[in-house]
Amino acid sequence: MTDTVLAAPVAATPKGPRKRDFGLKRRHAAERRFRLFGLAAIAIGLGFLALLLGSVVLKGYTAFVQTSVTFPIAFDPAIIDKDNKRASDPKVLVAANYPVVARNGLAAVLGVDVKDKKAMKELGNFLSDSSRVPLRDFVTANPAVIGQTRDFTLLLSADLDSASKGQIDLGVPEAKRKVSDRQLAWLKTLRDKGMISTPFNWGLLTFGASSRPEAAGLGVALIGSFIMMVVVLVCALPLGVAASIYLEEFARKTRFTDFIEVNINNLAAVPSIVYGLLGLSVFINVLGLPRSAPIVGGLVLSLMTLPTIIIATRAALRSVPPSIRAAALGIGASRMQMVFDHVLPLATPGILTGTIIGLARALGETAPLLLIGMVAFVSDYPTNPFEPATAMPVQIYMWANEAERAFVERSSGAIIVLMIMLLLMNLVAIVLRRRFERRW
Amino acid sequence: MTAGWVIAIVLAIGAVAWFFAVNRAHLQLKSVRGAGGQPMHSLPGYHGWLAFLSATLPALFVYVALSWGGLTLTENHIASGIAPTITQPAERGLAVGIVHQVMAALDSLALDVPPATYADLKLAAAAKNLLLPDTGTDDMLPLALEASKTAATTRLLAAIAAIALSALGAVVAIARIRPRLRARNQVEAVIFTALIGASVVAVLTTVGIVLSMLGETLRFFSSVDPFSFFFGTVWDPRFAAAGSSGDQGQFGLIPLLAGTLYIAFVALLVAVPVGLMAAIYMGEYASARTRQTVKPLLELLAGIPTIVYGIFAMVTLGPFLRDLSAALAGGEPFIQAQSVFTAGLVMGIMLIPVVSSLSDDVITAVPRAMRDGSLALGATRSETVSRVILPAALPGIVGAILLTASRAIGETMIVVLAAGVAARLSLNPFEAMTTITVKIVNQLTGDLEFNSPQTLVAFALGLTLFALTLGMNVYALYVVRKYREQYE
Repeated sequence: MTDTVLAAPVAATPKGPRKRDFGLKRRHAAERRFRLFGLAAIAIGLGFLALLLGSVVLKGYTAFVQTSVTFPIAFDPAIIDKDNKRASDPKVLVAANYPVVARNGLAAVLGVDVKDKKAMKELGNFLSDSSRVPLRDFVTANPAVIGQTRDFTLLLSADLDSASKGQIDLGVPEAKRKVSDRQLAWLKTLRDKGMISTPFNWGLLTFGASSRPEAAGLGVALIGSFIMMVVVLVCALPLGVAASIYLEEFARKTRFTDFIEVNINNLAAVPSIVYGLLGLSVFINVLGLPRSAPIVGGLVLSLMTLPTIIIATRAALRSVPPSIRAAALGIGASRMQMVFDHVLPLATPGILTGTIIGLARALGETAPLLLIGMVAFVSDYPTNPFEPATAMPVQIYMWANEAERAFVERSSGAIIVLMIMLLLMNLVAIVLRRRFERRW
Repeated sequence: MTAGWVIAIVLAIGAVAWFFAVNRAHLQLKSVRGAGGQPMHSLPGYHGWLAFLSATLPALFVYVALSWGGLTLTENHIASGIAPTITQPAERGLAVGIVHQVMAALDSLALDVPPATYADLKLAAAAKNLLLPDTGTDDMLPLALEASKTAATTRLLAAIAAIALSALGAVVAIARIRPRLRARNQVEAVIFTALIGASVVAVLTTVGIVLSMLGETLRFFSSVDPFSFFFGTVWDPRFAAAGSSGDQGQFGLIPLLAGTLYIAFVALLVAVPVGLMAAIYMGEYASARTRQTVKPLLELLAGIPTIVYGIFAMVTLGPFLRDLSAALAGGEPFIQAQSVFTAGLVMGIMLIPVVSSLSDDVITAVPRAMRDGSLALGATRSETVSRVILPAALPGIVGAILLTASRAIGETMIVVLAAGVAARLSLNPFEAMTTITVKIVNQLTGDLEFNSPQTLVAFALGLTLFALTLGMNVYALYVVRKYREQYE
């Protein structure tokens, strides 16, 4: 019976056996669509990565050069030491009005009349307020220079620096701009005379905090971050390795070890800001450690990094094959000797890789540091871990919140510095893994 | 004698003990070998370390205990010496602080004859750039002198006790060296205890988090009704000016919670589809070479610090979206520079690699046979993915999404910079809302006074956040673990 039923349609279409419709066309179209979605997802991810990095680099690369001007300065005794007392009272040289000295030097170059108060004020804003410091240090070191004229290189103020880098919209009417047309003309004159230079901005890496963008730098933040990383390494690495050794090599599966394990997994997922609250109430309120101190930041980051290190170390220990352990025990080593003399050395590359990745995360962490008072205006280098300091990401945050454009540029420049450091750390981790990883 | 010196001396004694113990053990080893007697149980090194440990550990322990006891004694001394006319606890605390400052000033001035009155001391200290408060009284001077004496005596006692104990431990340990002494076992027992101690730190951290926040939260709830905190719809914690009336503002959690969840929801809307599709493409379609280059690049997104995302949102994306919306609407922008949308979008980008690597794990855990079976029946790859792999992996993916959501809820820097500080309830994603984490940061940066509800509320918020994320994490980890076991 079925034969005839099947045969009937065949007979009805004499052109040959008709293709059964599986919807292949539709299904293949769906397949292509699906594939396209996947590609689109990856493109979106990579596109955002490029956008993020691109915008940071575009906004920040100019922070690595700083416009300076080199011009002859006459160290006029009438301004520096009016009453000629420097022989008896060296403090005169420290307190002297050096900005006026610099301003007059610039006025001579540009042919500005020293009597013209308005022009002199604009000229004063032309140079960085921080010029006082190098001039003061130079004169106090060589008092003989007073009365002579020397070529000196000083930083331009942040507004003029921005103008020199072409970042100021000249379409805006002069009254609403921070840079006057006259200052722009001076800038052009100086440039034509070859007195303007844009050297690499070492100040970005060495200066401390300042309310003037051109004199603000990452110096204190770099030292603070470095101290914190040392604290993390000293605290978290031994603790983490010891805890993993216990959990992986000695602990029998009991309720207690189960509890520890769940605990560690959860700690790895606790929001970082909660660690900041912990640090604030335990390290600062209970133990009485100072606020803004890198030691507290380091301890908080250690607790935060500990689970990462433990998880990485346990994975590294687990990847050492059991035969190594059996061989060590077989020739009479104690369990402790087996772990410390045989298993641990073989697991070291994995442990180090995990540690470096944990350190990189700690280096970029901001939120807990805000709570323990690392948001501070610190202009002097800290000499020990108990003195106030800032950290790289916190410095970035503080600059980003400043109103002045030049601070935002610095902020992006600092991000580039931070990203380069993170990239280096990750590269080291990758190289370690590639070189020393063993396949058993 | 400072603590650093005491510790250094104790460690030096330990090092000497190590040296002598190793030598003695070597001598014994030689003589035993010559006599053909019973061999040494432990290697000389273990004898050395045993001597080191017995010279240092008890001494340091006693030193810490005695120093702590001395500190408490000094504090008690000061507390009981404060004039009984001062009754208010806060004022007594202030007076104790002044006595401490007086002690420090006396220490650094190092005068032969202590000044007679507080005013004299204040003058002498001011000459050395030490500023003392005006509210000190003359009776604090003898008290400070007494307290300094107590402190110095207890410090000296502790140091002497520690060093004596250290020497004693060293001598005893060296004298105890015998061929049959099980030095290795004893050293290993100490190491074993240290290992256990290290793994207990993880538990202690959790306990510390909970206890510290719980304590401050309870203090907060003593001045603010818990009901009005958890169910209040207005967040307005006026910073009380000094001497103002008892009005302390309203601490309603609801607007913060709504903002947190809203932003996390937007972030998941971005991250989950993109991350999941990326993981599927990488696992099912991409060639090995593509995977090798694309995967680390995507993971780079996860390695970028959140502050960088925050600044990208604030400086670049926020203004761009505002200008774009102004151009689209012809004038007034309908997207604020700081908005739920901006913060959620940027957070979503950050979470893409999180979703993709978590779901990658989950998808590769689906057994090969299920995939092959589906393909062999003639299903296309996309059909295999959507009808076989995804249903099979669903519990794991749900777990992954939960873990991601808990990251989104606890994220701080992006929302601090991009979401705004206005606590309001609104459904418009283009307006600013604020989150729990933003408010924790806001309440705790700047000058703090630790007894006001305005700062204590941060701990209540933190505890809420901790409980929220902990619940999600525990459940997600449970789901993922359960799911893995199903296919093992």
